[in-house]
Amino acid sequence: MGAALFTEQLLNGVQLGVQLFLMAAGLTLVFGIMNMINLTHGSLYMIGAFVAAALFGHTGSFLLALVIAVPATALAGALLEAAVLRHFYHRGHLDQVLVTFGLILVLNEIVKMIWGAVPVPLPVPQLLSGSVTLFADVTYPSFRLAILGVGAVVALGLYAVVAHTRIGMWVRAGASNRDIASAMGVNVELIFSLVFAAGAALAGLAGIMAGPINAVQVGMGEPVLILALVVTVIGGVGSIKGAFIAALMIGVVDTFGRVLLPPALGSMMIFMLMAVILAWRPRGLFPVHG
Amino acid sequence: MTASLLEVKQLVKRFGGLVATDHLDLDVRPDETLALIGPNGAGKTSLIAQLQGDLTPDAGAIYFSGVEITRRPAHGRALMGLARSFQITSVFPELSLVQNVALAVQARLGHSFRFWRDASSDSRLTGPAREALDVVGLSRPDRPASDVSHGERRQLELAMALAMQPRLLLLDEPMAGMGREDGVRMTRLLNELKRDYAMMLVEHDMNAVFALADRVTVLVAGKAIATGRPDEIRADPRVRAAYLGQK
Amino acid sequence: MASSPASYRPSSDMMAIAVIVAVLAAVPVVASLVGDPFLVKIATRVVVFAIAAVALNLVLGFGGLVSLMHAGLFGIGGYVVAILAFHADDGSRLFDLFPGTTELSIGLPLAMLVAGAAAAVMGLVSLRTSGVYFIMITLAFNQMLYYFFVALQQYGGEDGLQIMSDLTLFGHAMIGRMPFYYGCLVALALVLILVQRLINSRFGMVLRASAQNERRLTAIGIAPLRYRLTAFALSGAIAGLAGALLAAGQQFISPAEMSWVRSGDLVVMCVLGGMARVWGPVLGAAVFLVLEIVLSGWSTHWQLAFGLLIILVVVSLRGGLIDLLHLVGRRGAPR
Repeated sequence: MGAALFTEQLLNGVQLGVQLFLMAAGLTLVFGIMNMINLTHGSLYMIGAFVAAALFGHTGSFLLALVIAVPATALAGALLEAAVLRHFYHRGHLDQVLVTFGLILVLNEIVKMIWGAVPVPLPVPQLLSGSVTLFADVTYPSFRLAILGVGAVVALGLYAVVAHTRIGMWVRAGASNRDIASAMGVNVELIFSLVFAAGAALAGLAGIMAGPINAVQVGMGEPVLILALVVTVIGGVGSIKGAFIAALMIGVVDTFGRVLLPPALGSMMIFMLMAVILAWRPRGLFPVHG
Repeated sequence: MTASLLEVKQLVKRFGGLVATDHLDLDVRPDETLALIGPNGAGKTSLIAQLQGDLTPDAGAIYFSGVEITRRPAHGRALMGLARSFQITSVFPELSLVQNVALAVQARLGHSFRFWRDASSDSRLTGPAREALDVVGLSRPDRPASDVSHGERRQLELAMALAMQPRLLLLDEPMAGMGREDGVRMTRLLNELKRDYAMMLVEHDMNAVFALADRVTVLVAGKAIATGRPDEIRADPRVRAAYLGQK
Repeated sequence: MASSPASYRPSSDMMAIAVIVAVLAAVPVVASLVGDPFLVKIATRVVVFAIAAVALNLVLGFGGLVSLMHAGLFGIGGYVVAILAFHADDGSRLFDLFPGTTELSIGLPLAMLVAGAAAAVMGLVSLRTSGVYFIMITLAFNQMLYYFFVALQQYGGEDGLQIMSDLTLFGHAMIGRMPFYYGCLVALALVLILVQRLINSRFGMVLRASAQNERRLTAIGIAPLRYRLTAFALSGAIAGLAGALLAAGQQFISPAEMSWVRSGDLVVMCVLGGMARVWGPVLGAAVFLVLEIVLSGWSTHWQLAFGLLIILVVVSLRGGLIDLLHLVGRRGAPR
């Protein structure tokens, strides 16, 4: 494999990893703090993309669409949490699986009713539609570099908040042991609602950025959700650091796997990686719970 | 001098900066009932967890019948004859009393990969199960375990322990949550069981301790500060200081 | 997991199974009287998915394990039969070694074996985890199986694989909806009886106890892993049988039959019918599939109603249809 191809695939892998991290960050905290299985995360990814596509359709500006759609998705997430999910924290995992499964069907259908089954266009913004020359004769699409950049900034920002602010400390406390944190006076419910909304925003952002590359269509969120679940499991439930490392690992392994291996094996790569890691560490690489 | 049935040597367990078990020595002889007492925070719960296999010690060793069990998983210890009851009663709520105890018999007999024959009408299981329920004084054995009172659940746990044909009964606060009548009944029952089984009791209820224990070990800050007969312990100034100091 | 009363009456369960099988056996008779052969096709689908749901309930309702990979196991069974038939049609050999076959007395057991083995391997990885991890891992494994079959271009990939020639059972060609239907019904009856005995056997008691109180189980001396793994493998094999029967009946299998949505559907069937009894999921499968047909006839957006229904079931009907039956039964019983 030549240097050019290698670099291109490496960047693709990191870019995928970054997108997976955006999905997994919210997911891992939801699982970690409230011990809740939330399958609707993929729907939020989809909602972000559709809202952005609709706004783009009206305004013609990708940036405007992005700036409005992300908070809109956060709001959608907050509503979802307050109206439905909140009532299931104390129910068993089976109930949570069922209710979020039902919600996926409902949300997919609502989106289909509004926008139809045909993919909605969300093209790459004009500014970023070219390529950048990296070195020698290696070029890489500007948009994908932008995704990388955005992802890196978000990751750093998340790290800064979670590791260095008081809110971050509360989030970490809640993630590692909800009962003790609650007993120590942390308002776990409020923290959780904020985390959920933030996670929804990130999922929406991931969906919007993926829109120009993959299609904006009904059901686009579920395959990404499942990958994000793999990331969460490998990284360790409740751990942002784990999600970050696992996401990059998965992104790179998946990309190279597809390029180097026959299709049947390549598609299974990351799941086999998950199996191997779990055999070694059943609670993931950086488990937060004791 | 009979060798100890359960022997704990220099056991250490730390939680971060907190030392829950501090080079603890303890032993239970095959023919006695030992009570473990101590003020709150003395480390009784951590010790019990390590004896039962829920927690792994950082240092030291635990021997049962001369065999080291320090890192052996909980189910292995059960099969060796170490039966336990839980501080908060723990049974199979959706099964009947008989089915609960029959499972303990089944575990002991060891043949659980049987797929066709109905277990609840297998007299090799239900026979000993009903006997154990009789010994502890539980009637109407076909009731679901979720339907019985707190005191009866404690009796059920005892029946399950007995069905294991144990050598040592490790009872974690068997009197907890019992009303006066239930408590008296339980004490009487344990008194009878004393004759056939070695027991280690963790208890706060001093009446029960003095009625049942042959020896008492006092735990303070993770260490055993005194061991002796109940009357000796009662008079021991160090023990008084430890308890009074708590008030 | 299953909020079942300890009221233990195996005779009433066997009776329920007999009634269910009898009712299902009457369907082709009714269909010919009414003049609607389509009923048999629907009923076949119900029976096949009932087998899969009963299989899932073994680990879900009785074992307390929320598995989202059972559609994948179902699909494996279907693909085994279809791939064997493909090579038989083709003359080519599987892995360049094995000749294909359209003989179901080979295909069906092989489907069960492969699905059971896959369940065992994936179970081995999954069962060492618990709670949230376990569920997510089973979902991931389901997706892995889905992607695997999508990537198998040789066997149709995303478009699926058709079975061209006629399948045979002990040499007899499987022509005609009715004989095939009764064959599937026999399979369902056998599965129900088997699982019913299993649940009350020593093995079954350990499995149920592991779902109710794992700590208590280890305290009496049993480590649950090997029992859960065995249950998982058995459950997978039976799900594989169901998938094989689906493929044989439709003469077609595709990855869509093994998507994670299907896994969710199977869970819904169990919960809807009632997880406390072995035969509950049969009711669930029947209601689910009939509802699916009825609702999709009314509107293209039937999935909305379906999703809402699922949510409603979770919120209110905890014990499933079995609970409803109990209520009705109690009201009808003399005082």
